Amino acid sequence: MNILETKNISKYFHDPVEFQVLKNISFTVGKGEFLSMIGKSGSGKSTLLYILSTMDTEYQGQLMIDGQIVTGQSNDQLAAMRNQKIGFVFQFHYLLPEFSCLKNIMIPALKLGKYSTKEIESKAYDKLKLLGLEDQALKPASKLSGGQQQRVAIARALINDPLMIMCDEPTGNLDSKNTAIVFDIFKELTSQLGQTIIAVTHDDEFAKNSDRIIEMKDGEIV
Amino acid sequence: MNINADIASTYLFTNKKLTLVAVMGVLLGMSIYIFMNSMLVGFDRTSSESIFKSTAHIRVYKDDILSKPLHQTEGSTSVIINPKVVPASNTIINPNEVVSLIKKNPDVTIVTPQVSATIFYNVGKTQIAGMAIGVIPSEADMMFNIKSTIVEGDFDKMQGNTNAIAIGSGVAEKLSLKINDNINITSSKGVNRNLKVAAIFKTNNSVIDKSKSYINITTAQQLLQENNTYVTDINVNVRDPEKAAKVAPVLTNLTGYKSEGWKEANESLMAAFRMRKIVITFVSYTILIVAGFGIYNILNMTVSQKINDIAILKAMGFKGHDVIRIFLTQALSIGVMGVVSGMIMAAILVTLLKRVYIGGDIGFFPIDYELSKFIQGAIVGMVITFFAGYLPARKAAQVDPVSIFRK
Repeated sequence: MNILETKNISKYFHDPVEFQVLKNISFTVGKGEFLSMIGKSGSGKSTLLYILSTMDTEYQGQLMIDGQIVTGQSNDQLAAMRNQKIGFVFQFHYLLPEFSCLKNIMIPALKLGKYSTKEIESKAYDKLKLLGLEDQALKPASKLSGGQQQRVAIARALINDPLMIMCDEPTGNLDSKNTAIVFDIFKELTSQLGQTIIAVTHDDEFAKNSDRIIEMKDGEIV
Repeated sequence: MNINADIASTYLFTNKKLTLVAVMGVLLGMSIYIFMNSMLVGFDRTSSESIFKSTAHIRVYKDDILSKPLHQTEGSTSVIINPKVVPASNTIINPNEVVSLIKKNPDVTIVTPQVSATIFYNVGKTQIAGMAIGVIPSEADMMFNIKSTIVEGDFDKMQGNTNAIAIGSGVAEKLSLKINDNINITSSKGVNRNLKVAAIFKTNNSVIDKSKSYINITTAQQLLQENNTYVTDINVNVRDPEKAAKVAPVLTNLTGYKSEGWKEANESLMAAFRMRKIVITFVSYTILIVAGFGIYNILNMTVSQKINDIAILKAMGFKGHDVIRIFLTQALSIGVMGVVSGMIMAAILVTLLKRVYIGGDIGFFPIDYELSKFIQGAIVGMVITFFAGYLPARKAAQVDPVSIFRK
């Protein structure tokens, strides 16, 4: 079953000069797949990721997520869809520094509003446990180490049990030990929980161990 | 608590210093706005009160008429070159009828006739020119609150006593008169009367104190050698002095005599009032708007600081209006805190200033708790806060998360 499908996606940058950054990209991603996108910087892999994540809406072609055409939907519809179906992990953790780790993890679920605050809190504890951070739950996010912060960010991406997790250099700021931890978590998520992971990475080791590699060059899949 | 409000309150409470500065700005603006506007109301009230001590809300009198052609010839208009004032008596004909007619108007509260006579006060060889106002003492007191200006004697003794006179303190001083002393007055018609000083009044105007006196209306009629239907002015008070200008034309149509509201009669004073109002309004709004800029600046700063937070929130599914709500909640919370504390501050300022003694016929500083100004201030304060918060909030909502993540 395909969770994500692109048809002829192209994108142009207009500033400073007209430049085609993506050229007719078409591919599909199946459920539970662990996909790595690699390529030199400027190859268009991050641009493609932001289009797949629905945050960038200025492109030609068609994007389908979970059997629905999302191209042309309004920003509010897309936001609601992201909230429910997509989790994000970036190179930088983007935690809200004033909030505790637990609260940071709870925010997307509170936004979704599907469960009561009590249920969300216990779910957030479960995710923290999964990532081995349950003893850090009530600390402010700014007080954690870099590796811990990244794991909290992953826990936050998981809180709404999304279909997909989109990662932009998830291990870019981590040492090898933390990279290994993060990789193992991702592997577990795809194999046991059936969640799809699409990760842009520069880390060849990381890519090699994933299920599938898409290499990009000059806006095309090689 | 809603997650938007939760985030807003966390931002507010983790940045206590900034929040406090913004609240202080609104507090100051708010309290000064309310305070100055309450002061304006107080000033206007005392000014009107002091005007109403010598002026009725509406004065009905016979105006001079210019001569007009008697006949209109057909096809052309007759014109009198260099017309003159018609030499007619300035008395109001059948004043009792006119008074009862005016009394029927539902807006009217007091109607009292008055006769003014130019006189000399004589003691021995000394003569001082002055003006005697012939009134019905009880009605005149109701209208002008004369008793509040009496410094010696008893104005009630004037009632029905045609030999009594109430003189200004300046007259009393110059002629070294005390209560129950005799005073001789001469009218412009050469009539002499001996009167007894019943009361001495002192107003805030020394020119009036040095020339004016009150006598019974019949005495004034005698001084002018006129009968008891001779009345030059009819003074009218209405329920709401602000409506005098509306009632006056009604009375003109009703009686056929010229009716003049107090604002028309004191045009230059009214101009000064208006100027005062413009200045105070301008200053108080400026202060409030400066407070608005304070909120705007601080929220703009917060938006810039929290741009990463905004980007991730939008990525995680917060919509544009959620972001607007987060920052608008902050602005309005600051606004509410500022407005409430500003109102308390204004009440404290008013309480303090109320106790300051100014002197003269003003007495204590003319300021009071003006509920309408407190409410008006709260509304204006919240409106300014709303806009000061909405602009940065909209900016936050327009943040493009991709451009932040790609940096």
